[in-house]
Amino acid sequence: MDVESYVVSNSVTLGLVLACVWVARVVGREPIWRDAARQLWSRRRLAIVVVALYMTIGLVDSIAWKGGIPEDVVDVLPNAPLTLLDRAFLGTKEASYSAPFASVEFYGAEALKRPGQHPFGTDILGRDVLYLSLKGARVALLIGGLTSLIAIPLALIFGVGAGYFGGRFDDFVFFLISTLASIPGLLLLIALIMAMGRGTLSVCIALGVTSWVGFCRLTRAETLKLRELDYVSAARALGVPELRIVIRHILPNLAHLIVITFVLMFSGLVLSEAVLAWLGIGVDGSWGQMIDGARDELSRDPIIWWNLSASGAALFVLILAVNSVGDAIRDVLDPRTLKDSS
Amino acid sequence: MGAYIIRRLIYGVGVVIGVLFLLFILFFTVTEPDDIARRALGDKVPPEVIEQWKVNHGYDRPLWPWQDWDENLLFDHYRRMLTFDFGLSDADDSPIIDRIRAGMGPSLSLTIPLLVLGILIGIPLSLLVAFFRETYIDRMGVFLCVLAMSVSIILYIVGAQYLIGKVLRWYPISGFNADLLMLPRFLVLPIIVGLLSGIGGDVRFYRTVFLEESSRDFVRTARAKGASEPRIMTHHVLRNALIPILTRVVLAIPFLFTGALLLEAFFGIPGLGSMTFDAIQANDFATLRTMVFIGALSFVLGQIATDISYGFVDPRVRFE
Repeated sequence: MDVESYVVSNSVTLGLVLACVWVARVVGREPIWRDAARQLWSRRRLAIVVVALYMTIGLVDSIAWKGGIPEDVVDVLPNAPLTLLDRAFLGTKEASYSAPFASVEFYGAEALKRPGQHPFGTDILGRDVLYLSLKGARVALLIGGLTSLIAIPLALIFGVGAGYFGGRFDDFVFFLISTLASIPGLLLLIALIMAMGRGTLSVCIALGVTSWVGFCRLTRAETLKLRELDYVSAARALGVPELRIVIRHILPNLAHLIVITFVLMFSGLVLSEAVLAWLGIGVDGSWGQMIDGARDELSRDPIIWWNLSASGAALFVLILAVNSVGDAIRDVLDPRTLKDSS
Repeated sequence: MGAYIIRRLIYGVGVVIGVLFLLFILFFTVTEPDDIARRALGDKVPPEVIEQWKVNHGYDRPLWPWQDWDENLLFDHYRRMLTFDFGLSDADDSPIIDRIRAGMGPSLSLTIPLLVLGILIGIPLSLLVAFFRETYIDRMGVFLCVLAMSVSIILYIVGAQYLIGKVLRWYPISGFNADLLMLPRFLVLPIIVGLLSGIGGDVRFYRTVFLEESSRDFVRTARAKGASEPRIMTHHVLRNALIPILTRVVLAIPFLFTGALLLEAFFGIPGLGSMTFDAIQANDFATLRTMVFIGALSFVLGQIATDISYGFVDPRVRFE
């Protein structure tokens, strides 16, 4: 049976929201995490609000359903599933370029359908640039989030396994890591995407494969240290099964590393995607692709600057906010271990 | 020391063999030779032409040794890569090695100044920031670093091309001329962009290293003996921070050989980076494979060289 993609996207969104609520409740119960969260909030209020804003936009663009489109709207298919965000911008499509807040078209000088209502102007196909920039938020979150969901479990399984059990498996993992790390990141990314074919999923897999290595090395080193601690030896002496030791005593001690890595990785991933979009192998609808499309518009006369500025600013603000939250998280959760892994 | 170097070399060979195997998986099994041929020739080509193309490019054999021990693509792939016999480009049938030879010069003329200037600007700046630690200058410096790191390199490229190239008309927007007098004119813009996009991360990294070193006992001793603060920074902190700095510089070595992909592609410098860029656009798998191999090979060699040179920089490192 074929499940339509918007149903999948809706349920995944629901799942993610539920997961966030669950994490928030767990965090609320643990005094250490609650303290860390409070400290973080007092240090980086603005950045956290900005990130939350982007997440809300992404969420609004993830809830889709069919139908309910007015008769007079012609630029969408009648039975296409539209998200909340799509619906908010229904019927804003013009014929071609228009400047921000303009009332006439840029080159043809014809009147717009919605004069003065495009705060960031429209692109060559007449689509509202504000709408496109907002839509990019979901793509960016998808790239960062999905990739981390691939990379972090992979790194944990290999890193903790290698560090805890050692022996042949450790040799194998260490060899795998050094092999992957010896290929320059961008080249490996390109090779993976070219081999798997273009598309959102293969971009995320490729980013995941290239980014898990650093974290794997870190978890391996940490596990090696944790394995020698007294309470782990005590648990082993009491006859606790190995898997249970890993889950109860090793993983909780890696939790802060997971959080820090996730946030620091996120901005790197979104920036990498922008580069990939520029090479023509990015994800559809991303800010990178918008910037790529807007490149030649600067040489038009008079120049079209709003497309580039809007997508560039959207990308910059998100990355800056995430970077600054990431720095603060690192300071709050772990003042020592991670200092030099930026 | 001899035994250490030999062990290090053997491990390096192992890694190169691993990289080549990964490349084989990606470019021969995930994308099969038939796919490569179809992407190069198009979908509407008769099967005979595809077969002939595969013969010309050496793809007309079974993949694995157990299918045919003497004639298989796996062994062939290893033999050709390790002897630098890279074969023909999948896109335009030109020998890849010729293009690499032609692209080496332009690439190095961009990447060497970039690397050297990056170190020459990054280290003094970060020493300065670390010298003023815990003051507003330090906080400002770190903030500027995060700011510079948050701008995508593509925005730097577009911005510099527009502002310096088009509005101010100081330097050509793109292009290349190997003539020694003309060369700097074409390189200034890409070098500025490369420095801007890298400086934030570099300074922040070096600063952390310096701060780590300046909390050591020998720094306190030096201060107690009355050494001046600038002298402590340069003679005690900088010298001891050389190892992590060296490690980071080595990470940039493959980039000397593979070229700065984006900078070359968008400033029209005909180096190895543009070659990789063209290969992506043309689905040229043979060239891509070669570039990945060269990148990994230079990284492994660079790493071995650093591991050995640690012994000269840091007398504490013993080769056991």
